[in-house]
Amino acid sequence: MSSRTERAKPRRSMFVRMLVRAAVLRRGRAAAALLAMVVAAAVTTAMLNLYVDVQAKLHTEFRNYGANVVVVAKDGQSLPGDALNKIDSLLGERGIAVPFAYVVARTSDGQPVIVSGTDLDKVRKLNRWWSVSAWPSQEQDALLGTRAALLVAPQGQAFDLSFQGRTVRLNPAGTLRTGSAEDSRVYLSLRQFEDWTGVPPSTVEIAASGTPEEIGATLPELALALPDTDVRPVRQVMEGEARVLGKTRSTLLVCAMLIILTAALCVLSTLMGWVFDRRRDFAIMKALGASERLIAGFFVTEAAVLGAVGAAVGFVVGVSIAVWIGRVNFHAPVVPRFAVLPEILFGGIAVALIAAIVPMFLLRRVQPATILSGE
Amino acid sequence: MFLRLVYESFRRQKRRKLLAGAAITLGVGVATSMIAVATDIGDKVGRELRAFGANLVVTPQQDTLDLQIAGVDLKPPSDGAYLDEADLPKIHGMFWHNNIVGFAPVLPVAVNVGGKSVTLLGTYFSKQLTFGKDEFRTGARSIYPWWKVGGAWPQDDSQDVLVGERLAGTLGLKAGDEIEIAGQSQSHRVAGVLSTGGAEDDQIVAPLAVAQAILGRPGAVRRLYVSAVTKPEDAFARRDPKTLRGPEFDRWYCSPYVESIAYQLQEAIPHSHAEQIRQVAQNEGTVLARIKGLMLLITLAALLAAALAVSAAMATAMFERRTEIGLMRTLGAGSIAVAAIFFAEALLLAVLGGSVGFAGGAMLARVIGRSIFDSRVAVSAVLFPIVIAMAVLVTFAGSALAIRRAVKFDPVYALRGEG
Repeated sequence: MSSRTERAKPRRSMFVRMLVRAAVLRRGRAAAALLAMVVAAAVTTAMLNLYVDVQAKLHTEFRNYGANVVVVAKDGQSLPGDALNKIDSLLGERGIAVPFAYVVARTSDGQPVIVSGTDLDKVRKLNRWWSVSAWPSQEQDALLGTRAALLVAPQGQAFDLSFQGRTVRLNPAGTLRTGSAEDSRVYLSLRQFEDWTGVPPSTVEIAASGTPEEIGATLPELALALPDTDVRPVRQVMEGEARVLGKTRSTLLVCAMLIILTAALCVLSTLMGWVFDRRRDFAIMKALGASERLIAGFFVTEAAVLGAVGAAVGFVVGVSIAVWIGRVNFHAPVVPRFAVLPEILFGGIAVALIAAIVPMFLLRRVQPATILSGE
Repeated sequence: MFLRLVYESFRRQKRRKLLAGAAITLGVGVATSMIAVATDIGDKVGRELRAFGANLVVTPQQDTLDLQIAGVDLKPPSDGAYLDEADLPKIHGMFWHNNIVGFAPVLPVAVNVGGKSVTLLGTYFSKQLTFGKDEFRTGARSIYPWWKVGGAWPQDDSQDVLVGERLAGTLGLKAGDEIEIAGQSQSHRVAGVLSTGGAEDDQIVAPLAVAQAILGRPGAVRRLYVSAVTKPEDAFARRDPKTLRGPEFDRWYCSPYVESIAYQLQEAIPHSHAEQIRQVAQNEGTVLARIKGLMLLITLAALLAAALAVSAAMATAMFERRTEIGLMRTLGAGSIAVAAIFFAEALLLAVLGGSVGFAGGAMLARVIGRSIFDSRVAVSAVLFPIVIAMAVLVTFAGSALAIRRAVKFDPVYALRGEG
C-alpha cells in the first residue's frame, strides 16, 4: 500500500506541473483560448440574464398605460365603504388602486360639467401620461381638464359649482391634458368631493403588476372579496401588452440563440486550434511511453480547467454587462440570476471538452514519428 | 508569382480555407440578420403597439364639453357640433397616409330599448371608402383588435347591430335576435354579441348610417378615432409649428411625429381639432424606445461575438502557417511581401465568405420577420458594402497579430517547428 502511494505522489505532482507549465510556456495562446472562453461565457450570461429579466422590466414599462383592472359598482350604485381597503389589502405591494367618484354639477350659469373626486397622489402614479401644469396642493384647489377650464374658468379665476343645491367655490390649481374624456372634467380630492356632494366612489381603477397569469389569478380573488361589484380586466391594455411582449420575447430568444451559437463556435475553433497546435507535445509524451489514458486525462483536465475558469470569469463579466444594459436602457439594474451559473459552467466545460477530444481522436491514429518529423 | 502563390494556397489548403471561410460566413450572416432586425424593429413593434388602439382623436373645433361617465354619454344629442362624414376619405390623401393603420368615426346616440335607456354607437366596422382612384377599407375592426364578436360582424350598409355582452345579458339577447328601438319603424337584427372589456359592453354598436338615421342628421360624425404608426416624441416634435421656419417646418411636417400627424389631420378635415390620446401615444414612445435600445445593445453584443469568432478563426489559421512564412523569409521574401500575400488571402476570404454570409443573413432576417412579425424584414442593399467592409476589417485584425509575430519570428526556429 505504502509503495503505491509513494509512486502515485510524484506522478500526481508531475501531472500538475505539466498542466501549469503548459499554460505558462504558451501563455500567449493559452490566454487567447481563455479570452475566447471568457467572452463567449460573458455574452451568453448577459443574454440569459436579459432574457429572463427584460420581461419583468417591460411589464413595469407597460404599467405606465394605467389601469389594467377596473372594479365598478353594479348599475349606478356606489361601492361599499370598505371596498378600497379590501382591494388594498388583497393587492398589497402588487399594484395601486385608485377610487373615482363622479357627479354632473352645474356652473354658475347653469352649464353641466362632470366633476370627479379621486385620490390625486395615487392618480399621479397610476396615470403618468396625464400632462398636468400644476397639481392641486391646497384645500379648495381643483384640477381642470383643458376643455373644462375654457368653460368654468377661462381667465383662471375662482369659480362656483353647484350640485343638488349645494355650492362650492374652487380655485383652479392647474390644467390637465389627456386627449380623452378627462379633458372635459374637473378633478377634486376625494375628501373635498365627499364633503360637498356626499357621493362615494363608484369605480376603482387598479394597475396590478406582474405577468398576465398573476393578474389573471388576482381577478377571481377580487371578485370573491367584492361580491356586489363588477371586476373587469381592461382588455385594451392586457391584450396589447401580451402581444407586444410576446413578439419582443421571441425576437430576443432568436437573437440570444444566434449569439450563443456564434460564441460557442468561436470557442470551439479557438480551442481546437490550440490543442491541434500542440500535437508535438502529444507525440513526445507518447514516444516517452505515456499511456493513451494519461494523455487523454492530461488534455481533458486542461480543457476542463480552462472551460471552468473561463466560464466563471465570463459569468462575472456577463452579469456586469447585463446590469449595465439594465441601467442604461431601463434605468433600473437587472438583478443577477445566479441560477444560470451552473448552466454556464456546464456549457463552458462541455464546449472545452469537445474542443479537446475531437483533435485528440484525430491524432490518436497518427504515429508519433510522423508528427515529430513535422509533416 | 504573387497571384500564383495566393491561388495555389487556396487550391492546396482547401480544408483550412473552408474552415476560416465558414467562420467568416457565419459571423457575417449573424451580423447581417441582427443589423437588419435591429433597424427594422422600431417599425415592427410600432405596428404591434397599434394593438392598443387609436392614438389620435379628431373632434369638431367648436364643440361643447363631453358629458361622459364610464362610457355613458349624458350629452343631449342637439348639443355641440359635428364633423362631416364626407371629409373622412381625405385622410387617405395625407402626406403620412401610409402610417395611418385605420380610422373609425363614432356617433353616440341615446336610444330606448325595452324601457331602458342605452347608448347606441354608430361607427364603421370595415367600410369600403374611395379617395381618388384608391379604394381602401377601414373601421373599428382594424383599429380595435381586442374587440371580439360572438356571431358575425354586421355589414356597414346593413341595418344589423352588435350588442355589448353585458347589455345582451340584461336584455336576454343573442346573435340572430331582433331588437326594437323605441321610435324606429324598423326593427334591427342582432348580428353578434360584442365583448371589448370597455364601455362598449353596455352599448349597442351599429353601422354609422343607422345612428345618423336615428339622430336625423345624415353625414354627422361626433368624433373620429385614428390609429397611426408614429415616431417617438422628442424635443423637436413638441415645438409649436407656428414658430418653425422654412426647412425646420418641412422637417417637422415630414416626420411621423404624433404632433405632425395631428396637424395634418386638422388640415385634411375642415373645422376640426386633432389631439393625441396621451394614454396611448405617450406610452408608445417609451415602450418603443426601450425595445429599440435593447435591440441596439444586443446587436452590439452579437457584432462583438461575430467579430471575435472571425478573428479567432483567422488567428488560428494564420498561426498554423508560420512554417510557410518561415520558408518564404528564408528564400529572401521581405516582410512586406509576405504580409501582402497573407492579407490578399484574407481579403479574398472575407469578400467570398462575406457575400455568402450576407445572403444567408438576409434570408435569416426574412425568416425571423415572417415567423415573428408576419411581415417582411427589409434588408437594404446599403448594408452590403458596410458588412463586407466590416468583415474585411475584422479578418485583417484577426490575421494581423499572427502575421506580425510570424514575420518577426526567426525563420530557423519556425522551420524547426518551435513556435
